[in-house]
Amino acid sequence: MREMSPSLVLVAVVVVLVAVGVYLLLERTLTRVLLGVIVLGNGINVLFLIAGGAAGGPPIVGRTEVEDMADPLPQAMVLTAIVITLGMTAFLLALAYRSWQLNEHDEVQDDLEDRRVARRAAQDRAAYEDADAESGEGLTALEEAAAETRDETDVDDDGSTDEQSVPHAAPAGPATSERGER
Amino acid sequence: MGYLSWVVPIPVIVPLFAAGLALALWKHGRLQGVISLVALSVSLVASVTLLVAADDGPLVLDVGGWATPVGIGLVADRLSTLMLSVSFAVTLCVLVYSLAQGLEDDDAETPVAIFHPTYLVLTAGVADAFLSGDLFNLFVGFEILLAASYVLITLGGTGERVRAGTIYVVVSLLSSLLFLTAIAMTYAATGTVNLAQLALRLGDLDPGVQLTLQVMLLLAFGIKAAIFPLSAWLPDSYPTAPAPVTAVFAGLLTKVGVYAIIRTQTLLFPDGRLDEVLMIAALATMLVGILGAVAQNDIKRLVSFTLVSHIGFMLFGIALSSEAGLGAAIFYVAHHITVQTALFLVVGLVERHGGTTSLDGLGALAKGAPLLAILFFVPAMNLAGIPPFSGFLGKVGLFEAGIADGGPLAYVLVAGGAVTSLLTLYALVKAWNKAFWQPAKTAEGDAAPTSGADAAPAGPTQDGTTQDGTTTAATAVLTRTPQRLPAAMVVSTTVLVSFGIGLAVVAGPLFGYTDRAAELLRDRTQYIVSVLPDGERGEGQSAEIAGTDGDSAVTEVEEP
Repeated sequence: MREMSPSLVLVAVVVVLVAVGVYLLLERTLTRVLLGVIVLGNGINVLFLIAGGAAGGPPIVGRTEVEDMADPLPQAMVLTAIVITLGMTAFLLALAYRSWQLNEHDEVQDDLEDRRVARRAAQDRAAYEDADAESGEGLTALEEAAAETRDETDVDDDGSTDEQSVPHAAPAGPATSERGER
Repeated sequence: MGYLSWVVPIPVIVPLFAAGLALALWKHGRLQGVISLVALSVSLVASVTLLVAADDGPLVLDVGGWATPVGIGLVADRLSTLMLSVSFAVTLCVLVYSLAQGLEDDDAETPVAIFHPTYLVLTAGVADAFLSGDLFNLFVGFEILLAASYVLITLGGTGERVRAGTIYVVVSLLSSLLFLTAIAMTYAATGTVNLAQLALRLGDLDPGVQLTLQVMLLLAFGIKAAIFPLSAWLPDSYPTAPAPVTAVFAGLLTKVGVYAIIRTQTLLFPDGRLDEVLMIAALATMLVGILGAVAQNDIKRLVSFTLVSHIGFMLFGIALSSEAGLGAAIFYVAHHITVQTALFLVVGLVERHGGTTSLDGLGALAKGAPLLAILFFVPAMNLAGIPPFSGFLGKVGLFEAGIADGGPLAYVLVAGGAVTSLLTLYALVKAWNKAFWQPAKTAEGDAAPTSGADAAPAGPTQDGTTQDGTTTAATAVLTRTPQRLPAAMVVSTTVLVSFGIGLAVVAGPLFGYTDRAAELLRDRTQYIVSVLPDGERGEGQSAEIAGTDGDSAVTEVEEP
């Protein structure tokens, strides 16, 4: 059998590609995430090359001795992985483009309902702590909470986010007055 | 090998070919529907046939005539055929539901032309993942179903769906890349990706390498199955998709992850070195998930959180790694697929009828739509584990297995499971009360139980203003007339709900089957002997290469 210990250069390439990929994946912009996925995917493809052992001749019966053949299986797997990554890249690109069409940026936005739930919790806590306080105080607490959870989705002026922010006001009205009565 | 092994690829091939056909016929919506119905029915029949046949022993098909481990084999054993049958029954119900919805609406938001092909590809991917006898083929199955799910979750490309879809796609891609890394490392360490051969070879590896591979695989599948620290993506992304899509995702996709965990943990890593970690993860998944559900104010999100929470129950059974625990976990998977899908379908009906899924905007639906109230109530009670239903039986099975295990952690988990069941009951009953029983939340002080509800069948609409005089979004929604619910949508939901009840009726034989499935999982020899060639299967060189390898290897199987 051929030498099985991996080449250090390949290992270094994997390390660099994976590190860069992970860094990009943690970005908020979808285009950078996409680049991260591509780089990370390629890093893992190189990892497959290491898994296949040292390089050898083409694995064709009659052309290369069995002992000198390169392991064809990891290469087949890498091909499959490349094809899959290609498809995913196309899809992510389409998604980023659609996001740009809708929002004029491709940043991944926060979940509005998540913030609504957090805001409700802040309201409840305010109601619990300032049970005897004026209703005005509760209102400032609510505004503070709302200010804390602001991000780029609130700044946008396009239709989709406006539509989203309308229901925000709905629960706030009855809830504040309820606190006043208590 | 049984003559029935030619049936094994049908659940993968038929939906795939049908998907191509449906895509070619993109202009003929009705014809697409017929194709999907036929393809899924054929696959369901094939799956049930396999379910019966596999009880006598695993069925193996050497694709292309190349015997494993050189070729890529499809393996249908008790676990995979049970999952297949339940999955296809559920996907068929959801298909009828979405067909009825599509015929009724015919709107631009759900382009029907790509729905059917994608849906069929999704089911093919699920079937491929269940039947795969090969780690890399499992990855391909995952990718097929994920690629289809990316399209389905962003269907229509509205702003909210793009946002949710982005998170889903990126998280899924990360898990796929982790899985791919695990495969590369496994291949480097053992020189094979065939599951049966891995089962033989992994045992000889250094324990540290084994543990690394096990953790890598668990991480990859844990993201897909939405186990607690890796579950945050699920309630964020599922609720925005169309109701039938969410239903089928909730029913199947996380369970494919659970299936992969069961398969790899029992077959490849039978010594259970991570059982304690899994138990803690199970407890955290149950509790964090259900506490999230309690906090929600939107039924779709609430139900998504219960989905995360109940994954913990299955993980509990797997972590016990006893036959009883695994059997109960498999039973719980079958129960949970049906009940969770049914719940999401009902929530879809509620959204259609009431115009919203926010609990603030819904109310008094029991008056306007009594059938809907029952349809929500039954799977809700089933999920919470109220006695006559299968959820109760599954939980009893898990608790019994936990007590039989006897470790302190197992007792903690039994207690945690009971608390989770109670909290599930609390969350779902709260939702049911708010949406169906109480009058809709209107202006302050108008709490008289029937004053508003008498007027219109849909619920109170008169007091659609708050104190400051502005019409709120929630009440504005209420003033719309409820959309008619197509009969086929209600019927398919009813069928699925009854299917959930039916699981309780046949619980005896079903538990027998899952226990036998678990027995097969614990005793790996039968699986390995069935998959690795006996010298009679396969053609060409693979038979002789593999035959000697397999024969010498099979004798080495030893149980921990």
